[in-house]
Formats: sequence, structure tokens, C-alpha cells
Amino acid sequence: MSTLEIKNLQVAVSTDEGMKQILRGVDLTINSGETHAIMGPNGSGKSTLAYSIAGHPKYTITGGSVLLDGVDVLEMRVDERAKAGLFLAMQYPVEVPGVSVSNFLRTAATAIRGEAPKVRTWVGEVKEAMASLNMDPAFAERNVNEGFSGGEKKRHEILQMELLKPKIAILDETDSGLDVDALRIVSEGVNRVKDSHNIGIMLITHYTRILRYITPDYVHVFAAGRIVEEGGAELAEKLEEKGYAEYVTA
Amino acid sequence: MTLNSNLLESHTPTSREELWRFTPLAKLRGLHDVDVTLNSRVSLGGASSLSGLAITIADASDVPNTSETNDLVSMRVRELSAKVLKVEIAKDAEIAEPIYLTRTVESLDPEVSRTVIHLGTNSRATIVVENTGSITLAEEIVITLDSGAHLNFVSLQEWENDAVHLGHHHAIIGKDATFNSTVITLGGSLVRLLPTVEYAGPGSSAELSGIYFATSGQHLEHRIHVDHNLPHAKSRVNYKGALSGDKARTVWFGDVFIHANAEGTDTYEVNRNLLLSDGARADSVPNLEIETGEIVGAGHASTTGRFDDEQLFYLESRGIPANIARQLVIRGFFLEIVSKLGLPEIEERIMNRIEAELEKASS
Ligand SMILES: Nc1ncnc2c1ncn2[C@@H]1O[C@H](COP(=O)(O)OP(=O)(O)OP(=O)(O)O)[C@@H](O)[C@H]1O
Ligand SMILES: [Mg+2]
Repeated sequence: MSTLEIKNLQVAVSTDEGMKQILRGVDLTINSGETHAIMGPNGSGKSTLAYSIAGHPKYTITGGSVLLDGVDVLEMRVDERAKAGLFLAMQYPVEVPGVSVSNFLRTAATAIRGEAPKVRTWVGEVKEAMASLNMDPAFAERNVNEGFSGGEKKRHEILQMELLKPKIAILDETDSGLDVDALRIVSEGVNRVKDSHNIGIMLITHYTRILRYITPDYVHVFAAGRIVEEGGAELAEKLEEKGYAEYVTA
Repeated sequence: MTLNSNLLESHTPTSREELWRFTPLAKLRGLHDVDVTLNSRVSLGGASSLSGLAITIADASDVPNTSETNDLVSMRVRELSAKVLKVEIAKDAEIAEPIYLTRTVESLDPEVSRTVIHLGTNSRATIVVENTGSITLAEEIVITLDSGAHLNFVSLQEWENDAVHLGHHHAIIGKDATFNSTVITLGGSLVRLLPTVEYAGPGSSAELSGIYFATSGQHLEHRIHVDHNLPHAKSRVNYKGALSGDKARTVWFGDVFIHANAEGTDTYEVNRNLLLSDGARADSVPNLEIETGEIVGAGHASTTGRFDDEQLFYLESRGIPANIARQLVIRGFFLEIVSKLGLPEIEERIMNRIEAELEKASS
């Protein structure tokens, strides 16, 4: 049983005009086995929240805390956060030329597990995970995300999640760019990892479509750098119908 | 060769000259100085046990120059070499096994070395020049490819860190012949190499690749010159460098000259530099001169930048520690060129040395 506690988190980015406050006090607690959907208008700070938890150097924490099972995440290096059990499926996965997917996955698994996976079982493990996400085995020999289509990048993110088995996963718009079939396949992948390892999920999305496959326990409305409303799955339906007008002050 | 229209006289270069202005002449131990005597010694050698291959040492008077030069280093080497290493690949010979030419070193006294390599019509070979140890060397290697010949030429600078090396590798590429050259420069306190190419017939092609990695105090300079002096020849230039540590210094020039008569030319050159720390400096100057519009294509690109933080963050966010993430990215950066050698042992050796230097530089 794990818990990610985000308390009064405040985050700024540096711009040409000085520091710009993006997150203005985010409070959210995610336990193992729970799925929290986060929905909110463009630019409201959802990715900022995701990246800040993962430790992207661009963001400056100006207040609040993030604890994983009581341990201060914000004090950890980026790789330590991953080893502690955090995983971020990125909205825009990064291309890494010259580094093959198979080398990357093996290096990551070695780091997370603390020892190199046994060659024989590892190859099978990767093959199986790729097959279940309908990924051509040829991707293993390609460079990380290089020339991948938008949807292929997203599948590759979930492939990593399956192999690295985090405690808490943050999925930042993993559904964007997926075709109808891919959305189902990727959702099944997320559910598989969730059910077999009882992970907690923060699911950032603009659409209710993915919520038909991955049922949220909670839906949070995010606006202007904080959570402004919370509810159950029915809140997502309401947002789809009515939009964010009532949460955004002009 | 027509680097400049007027041929130079042999003299001691100064840093006021365009071709020498980046080179720290004081580090040359007199190698460039016409008043300093340079020893003449055949320091390169190899075994000619393969069929179709002859490696011999000839008197300089029996080896006529097959190309003009206005490179001051070549001029001195030609003037002062008493003996010449000759590598002959017979017509139609297809030598699958790599031919290794190995350098022997004796002292840091400045010396010259002259080598000529000749590939007969339709022959094929791979030649690997291995430079290790400590030396103060001025060398010229002239490579002539007859029609339809194919040479994979690899030059490895794995010197100790006190070596000084001025070199000129000039290739004359015959009709339908292919010259693939890979220059790998990792060691040496000062290395300045001039890989240059001219064409002797249509359908000829040159692929000039290279990598260099300079750490603290090293000066690594590569000046490529491709002379598209006749129609329907092709060239590709791809050099990649990394620099780490205070006063690590690299200089890269890529001169591609397309003469008025060189219609049908197809050329592209690129140089990429990765700055791994403060205090390092990379100069990168691609230079394309085009005298005819009747060409297939001509282009160039040059980038010099720091590590991509987004790439590192991505790798680290998967649990990979920063130093290993950096290694992965640098390995990938160089592997694009090194993996094409088709020489797994050398690939392994080169990558290991790069990783060892990286660790030293970051510790
Ligand atoms: N360097 C920067 N300079 C100025 N503003 C910035 C900078 N970096 C981020 N921002 C701003 O921070 C805000 C939050 O961005 P973020 O990516 O977190 O939004 P989001 O909620 O994920 O949006 P989307 O739904 O479009 O993905 C945006 O208004 C963005 O323009
Ligand atoms: Mg976003």
C-alpha cells in the first residue's frame, strides 16, 4: 500500500519577465489502487504538476510538499524518484537519437530493479509486453521515440510502465493522439498493470472517452493552478457537456 | 589540389595565416619550423601476407608525387622523407580482411613520415592506420584509387596525451571508384589533420566521416577539403565531436568546392559538436563554394550545442542515473559513425576509450 501526498504545492517557471507562478496550492492524495482523473483547460498547469512531481529541472518549487509513503519526493534526484516508485508517462515523449529502445528499457529496468534482469526472461518479458500493446517487435531496435508517430510514442510510454511497475503512475494525456483501437489497447495495458500491481494512477485527460475504459474513482477539476472541484465519474460527464466556463474567471 | 589558386612556397607558418590561425604553433615542438631538422623515419608499417597486397619501403626518389600540394606539412614531408612506405593493392584483388598499418614510436623528437597507397582497377580493401604512443609527427598519406576500386580507410588517433600530429590524407578517386574514410581522433595534445579529396573520373564517390573527443588541454583540428573538380562525382562529409573539460578545443573546417565544370555534383556535409562542460570551445566552419548551378544537390549543416536537457530528463525519469544517461547519449551520438566501420573490435575499443575519458573528465 502506497500513498502520494501532494500538499499545498506551489510551482513557478522562470520566464524572460521573471518568475511566473503556475501552481497555486495543489492538494491531492493518491493511494494504491485508486484512479484520479484530472481535467482542466489548456494552460491550467496540469503538465506542470506532473513534471514537478517527476522533478523536471525547469520548474521551481516555491512552496508545499510532495511525499511518497511519508518520504519527501522533492528532495530526491529525478532518477531516485523513479526508483522510489514514481512514473510519468509524458504528454510529449522525448526522442533520444542513438539509443535503442531495447538498450534503454534494459538500462532502465536494471536501475529500477537494482540488478540487471536475467537475459533470457527479460527478452520474453519485453516481447510479451510489446505484443500485448500491439507494438511491432522491430521497435526494439529503433532509437527511443525517434520518428515514432504520436500514438506509437504513447504506447511506448505504457510499455515502459508495464516493465518498470511503478507504485504511482502519472499519465499526462496518454490518450491524446491514439486512434480508437489504440485507445482500447493502451487502456487495457494500464488496467493490467493497475490490477496486477495495485498501483495508484493520476490520469490527466481532456476527454471522457478514456474514462470509459479506465474508470476513475475521483475526478478533479484543475483551473488556474489548483484543484477547484472534486467529484466522482459523473463530474467528467458534466464537464464534457458544460465545459470549464463556471471554473474560469474571466 | 586547388586549396588556393596560388601555390605557396615552403615556409614557417604563422598564426596570421588563415589556415594556421587556430593552431597553437608553440605546442608543435618545431614541427612546422623550417629551421628545425626533422628526422626521416618510416614509422608506419604492416605485414603483407595477404594475397594481392604488397607493402614495401621505397627510396623517395623512386616515388614521384602524384598530386600537387600547397599544404606546408605535406611540402616538408615530401622534402625531408628519404624513404616512403608503399602499399599496393593489385588490380581486381578483393581483400576481405582488414589491412592494419601500425605506427612505431621512438621519441618525441620531431619526425616525418610519408606513405603512398595505391588500389588497382576494381580492387577492394579495408586499411586501418593505428596510431598509438607518444610522438611528434608530420605525415602525408596519398591514396590513389584506380577505376572501380573501393577503399574503406580508417585512421585511428589513439595517441598518448603528449603526442603532436600534423597529417594530410589526400585521396585521388578514379572513375566509379569509392573512397570511404573514417577519422577517429581521441588522443594527442595537438592533432591537426587534413583529409582532402580530388576526383579523377566521373561516377566517383567519397564518404568522409569522423569523430573526435577533446578533453582538458587537447587541441583537435580537422580540415576537410573536397574538390569537385570534374562532373558527376559525389561526396558526403559527416564529422561529430564532443568536448569536455577546461581548454578542450576543437576546430573543424569543411571546405567543399564545386568547380564550374563539375555539373551533376552531389554533396552534403555536416558537423555536429557536443559541449559537455564549461571552458571548452568548438569552432565549426562549413564552407560551400559553388561555381555551377547544374548540380544534383549541395548542402551543409553545422551545430554546436550542449547536452539536450530534455533527453537527460527523459532517461533519468526512468530511473537511469545522470552519469549513465549522459554515457548513453554520448555513446549514441558517436555510434552513428563508429558502428558503420564494420570492425566490431575497434568499435568496442573506441567506445571504451571514450567512456573512460568521459569518466575521467567528469570526476
Ligand atoms: N517558460 C515559460 N514561460 C512562460 N510561461 C510558461 C513557461 N513554461 C510554461 N508556461 C506556462 O505555464 C502554464 C501551464 O502549462 P502546462 O503545460 O502545465 O499546462 P497544461 O494544463 O498541461 O495544458 P495542456 O492542457 O495544453 O496540456 C501555461 O500557461 C504555459 O504557457
Ligand atoms: Mg499538458
